[in-house]
Amino acid sequence: MFSRGLKPLSIASVVLIVGAFALVFFYAPNDADQGFIQKIFYLHVPLAIVALCGFVAGGVFGIRYLRSGDRAHDLRSYVAIHLSLVLAVGALVTGSIWAKGAWGQWWVWEEPTLVSFLIVFLLYACYQPLRFSIEDPERQARTASVFAIVCGAFVPLNFLAVRMAESLIHPRVLSTTGGSMPADMRTTFVVSLVAMAVLFVTLWKYELTSKQASMQLRALKRRLADDDDPWVPTGRSAAPQQL
Amino acid sequence: MTPALPLDDAGPYVAAAYLVFLALILIYVAIMAGKLARIARELGELTELVARRDERAAPADRAGDGSPSGAGPGSHAGEAVPR
Repeated sequence: MFSRGLKPLSIASVVLIVGAFALVFFYAPNDADQGFIQKIFYLHVPLAIVALCGFVAGGVFGIRYLRSGDRAHDLRSYVAIHLSLVLAVGALVTGSIWAKGAWGQWWVWEEPTLVSFLIVFLLYACYQPLRFSIEDPERQARTASVFAIVCGAFVPLNFLAVRMAESLIHPRVLSTTGGSMPADMRTTFVVSLVAMAVLFVTLWKYELTSKQASMQLRALKRRLADDDDPWVPTGRSAAPQQL
Repeated sequence: MTPALPLDDAGPYVAAAYLVFLALILIYVAIMAGKLARIARELGELTELVARRDERAAPADRAGDGSPSGAGPGSHAGEAVPR
């Protein structure tokens, strides 16, 4: 169900990531103001954008689960949020490294862009413990979907709030004027963004396929196991356990 | 205009950022590989379980059905066991 198109997606991910990095280091010019350190931009910004889109996608799948009751949507939502958290860690760490190089500080608490992203990250960091705290699978899926929807709606609101707030030092990348990047920089940025998005979808499908295989195995074990076979796994988990 | 950081100073930061990304992806793939290994192990256990059931079912099948056609060549022993 989830593994369709995984092979071409994997190949596309590798080609796009390698291509994007080649463009970053061999095509895009050095920034006149920041110099070579601005190359982090092509990694940090796509990581942050794709992570936020993944959080929103988790909310959309949450809506679809509540509407249909199809557990596959709950699984999609869970994996999207889980993977977005991984990318968000990447965005936070690469951002901190860039901040240290460019501003001389690892973190600036007065900067709304940084703090708002951290708030979103910490909010979603509660998602897995929330799921783990609920044993009943039906209730777990329902509560997690509501959480994913509410937090998913919070992401664009948060984005708008940051737009309206006064920036201290963090630049506004997607500005209302369309940005002021030269064409070669913009091309490199767009390719990096697409590469990150394709990588996200590939890893998302990998994890979905793996989880589905685990579920099918567990279901088979239950069907085959006799009463005297105590090794059939039971117990709570943050991840959905059946479709 | 002179860049804020010369190449020599900025290089380690850029390398560190891209290495963090690479490390994240590698850790993720390693975790996925661990899960795949677990699936393979569970599949092995499942195969063992099916083999055990077949072994248990074969004598019962022979005892329950005296005719030579019951569990003869070509028939699957597990299929004759009532569920």
